[in-house]
Amino acid sequence: MSEAADVIVVGGGIHGCSTALHLALRGAKPLLLEKDYCGRHASGVNAGGVRQLARHVAEVPLSVASMELWARIEDLVGDDCGFESHGQVLVAEDDAEFAACRARVDDLRLRGFTHEELIDRAELKRLVPAVSDYCPGGIVSRRDGAADPFRTTQAFRRRAIESGARLREGVRVLNIARRAGIWHVATTDGEFEAPVLVNAAGAWAARLAAMAGEHVPLEAIAPMLMITARVPHFLDPVIILRGRKLSFKQFGNGTVLIGGGHLGTAYPDENATVLDWAKLTASARTVDELFPVMRGATIVRAWAGIEARTPDDIPVIGHSRTEEGLFHQFGFSAHGFQLGPGVGSLMADLIVTGATNLPIEPFGVGRFLRGIEPPGTDSVLE
Amino acid sequence: MTAMPLPKDHYDVVIIGAGPAGLAAAAVAGKAGLSTLVLDENAQPGGQIFRAITSTPVQRRDILGDDYWRGENLVAETRAGGAVIVQGATVWSLDRDLQIAVSLLGQSQIVKARRVIIATGALERPFPIPGWTLPGVMTVGAGQTLLKSSGLVPDGKVVLAGTGPLLWLYAAQVLRAGGAIDAILDTTPRGNYWRALPYALPFLMSPYRAKGLALMREVKRKVRVVSNVTSLAALGGDKLDAVAFSAGGAEQKIAADTLLLHQGVVPNVNLANAAGVAHRWDERQLCWVPVLDADGNTSVPGIAIAGDGAGIGGALAAAERGRIAAVAAVEALAPGKKSLTPDRSELSNTLRRAELGRAFLDVLFQPAQQFRLPEGDTIVCRCEEVSAARIKETIALGTEGPNQLKAFLRCGMGPCQGRLCGLTVTEMIAQARGMSPDAVGYYRLRPPVKPIALKELASMPHSEQDEKAVVRG
Ligand SMILES: Cc1cc2nc3c(=O)[nH]c(=O)nc-3n(C[C@H](O)[C@H](O)[C@H](O)COP(=O)(O)OP(=O)(O)OC[C@H]3O[C@@H](n4cnc5c(N)ncnc54)[C@H](O)[C@@H]3O)c2cc1C
Repeated sequence: MSEAADVIVVGGGIHGCSTALHLALRGAKPLLLEKDYCGRHASGVNAGGVRQLARHVAEVPLSVASMELWARIEDLVGDDCGFESHGQVLVAEDDAEFAACRARVDDLRLRGFTHEELIDRAELKRLVPAVSDYCPGGIVSRRDGAADPFRTTQAFRRRAIESGARLREGVRVLNIARRAGIWHVATTDGEFEAPVLVNAAGAWAARLAAMAGEHVPLEAIAPMLMITARVPHFLDPVIILRGRKLSFKQFGNGTVLIGGGHLGTAYPDENATVLDWAKLTASARTVDELFPVMRGATIVRAWAGIEARTPDDIPVIGHSRTEEGLFHQFGFSAHGFQLGPGVGSLMADLIVTGATNLPIEPFGVGRFLRGIEPPGTDSVLE
Repeated sequence: MTAMPLPKDHYDVVIIGAGPAGLAAAAVAGKAGLSTLVLDENAQPGGQIFRAITSTPVQRRDILGDDYWRGENLVAETRAGGAVIVQGATVWSLDRDLQIAVSLLGQSQIVKARRVIIATGALERPFPIPGWTLPGVMTVGAGQTLLKSSGLVPDGKVVLAGTGPLLWLYAAQVLRAGGAIDAILDTTPRGNYWRALPYALPFLMSPYRAKGLALMREVKRKVRVVSNVTSLAALGGDKLDAVAFSAGGAEQKIAADTLLLHQGVVPNVNLANAAGVAHRWDERQLCWVPVLDADGNTSVPGIAIAGDGAGIGGALAAAERGRIAAVAAVEALAPGKKSLTPDRSELSNTLRRAELGRAFLDVLFQPAQQFRLPEGDTIVCRCEEVSAARIKETIALGTEGPNQLKAFLRCGMGPCQGRLCGLTVTEMIAQARGMSPDAVGYYRLRPPVKPIALKELASMPHSEQDEKAVVRG
């Protein structure tokens, strides 16, 4: 079987679904291939944090652009995605951390960004009454918030289909080869063809890149999360810490999500992860110290998702260096959910018009390429 | 470092569950000289069948019966073998690295094993009828737990409804203990008798037959039994006051203060599922069972499962399967000690005898479809209060499996971790999509398989190195 499309997008996470949607909205005919089901991996099981706060400066313009889409997400995908914008607050736990917060906010101002605001102890207490008294202040990004990740990914998927994208789930890409300007994509369900290919394969993206001769040092990591039984409402914004690793938020139903980047072990070949409880105890201790109201809470579930991480913790976005018609969109290093809407839009611009007005130079795959090998040396993806 | 309640943090064999399978396995492993730890969350060893065997206030032996008191020997034998049995120990995580997280005396710790035998038994199949969440409605299993551990029988107007051997056993035990039962509503579908017929011969030769018939006779002499009940509903405002049912085409209603429901038991797969063990759908028992080899080994190297958790087989079979798994553990870890273990082929023979008649019971007591596939407002997920109608709507939107459904509706996300809705959800999706339950699959379950206090997690023993986190979500 050989089906033609304008663009084949590999990977049905938030990024692949968003790119497929934006391509369809621009009149292209994308075909999305997903080996499991859309949102099965990082995009469906993440913390749902929609955060501009505390991002790498290179990511800030993309994050701000993405935020514009989040602000009207229902218009875009026909579902509010559970997005609530009660702000995100970075809490400084001592004076040195607070000084670093001040420096960060000043630096962003010089670069022309004003979404991060320094807050003192009083404003911190007003925004987060339950926080321990020892914290001197922090930073707030008021338009930030959180959404329901699986629902969001599914909403992008659905709207992409409604807008004309085709979608095949349960279909794994096994090999890619470009002949006479056309990508031939061999899958577990036959071959597909298109002049353009987008690699949005998440933690598996390095394998796809390798088939095009590009060897990207990508690590499959397993960030862990845990959630409590319901506790009385005490928190609106999402909390992150500056020093210790913690992200923390309470849902409308009272349950509290505790994350922050402690890693378990990922087994990407088996779609499996193993938790590291010794590390989760560290998160539990931090919560215990920072939020005395949480003392009586119980943990009902913990899990990890399989995510792609680059050596410099910022993604790979843009053209392949080895092959025409191949675009990369992966390596979001545990903070790519918020970027999904915006990066999908910029990818569609890049593919359809050949350009984007967002600064994507820092994300070029060239920064990692040591030796470029001819394509076809790696064949089968497992 | 905080002091840990367990003497060691690594063992040759860790057995989870001190019912017949776990105790028998521990007796064999201990006797062969393996360092053997049994972790069990109840206050006393014995599991469900021998619950409170060392402490029950029910001292008149005839009330609970000989099969119950047999548990005394098993406990004594296990202790004599040298295994350490720790009660009040709740295992809340097990993974493929054979790391076991256990909560004991309000303190959690990680224990490492070279082999793990899961012997966590069975739990009652969900029985989602209208009103099953009303106060006053409970399960026969819960009723029996109260009887064994506290000597309590339900008072007021008592109705039992459902199908399966435990229903009759419990009814007899209540009557012997001086309790009264107003009615038993037997939901065993009439057609099952015909469907079970091909399996009848081995059953007739098994000990179940005589015992089962005697029990039913004993109960029927004293209690009104309505058979062929085809619909059931618990009625009441803020608590139960009546049970509505239909039998033989006629609608009826009886007043009730307590309704005890039961439609068989199914393997408790939560711990194994969370550890990544592969399961398959059993068409005869209508539930998930782990995929096992003849020694009880699962798809995860080093983890075996014995007892009802491996597929419902009853107490005698459970003990044999426990011994078989333990012999395999001895063979793997200390082949030189093989001579200290029971003969493997004899164990197989005993197991075969113990399983005689099981197929007949499986088919005879298969619960009717209408009691497995609820409709309308009937609650399916009790933790998140999700109704059958909402689940159906969501399936109709194109939701392909339990995990997607969970993500949309939160069913199975509550503290019970799907124990009360998982089978229902799988079967509802299978029916709506015209697929087999096997193809639909089950929830991917997550540890902790039992909720754990944040405070307790925070005070778990740890090292500084664990603090070094890398990225932020
Ligand atoms: C626990 C956790 C918490 C997080 N919290 C946050 C947060 O709060 N905020 C935030 O912004 N980000 C967060 N992230 C990060 C965020 O989830 C990811 O960066 C983002 O979802 C990545 O999206 P993706 O589409 O690139 O990858 P994925 O969602 O992993 O999608 C890639 C898809 O490609 C498919 N695929 C791979 N190979 C093939 C193949 N050969 N053929 C077909 N299909 C293939 C995979 O099956 C997968 O579905 C978190 C991540 C985790 C794991």
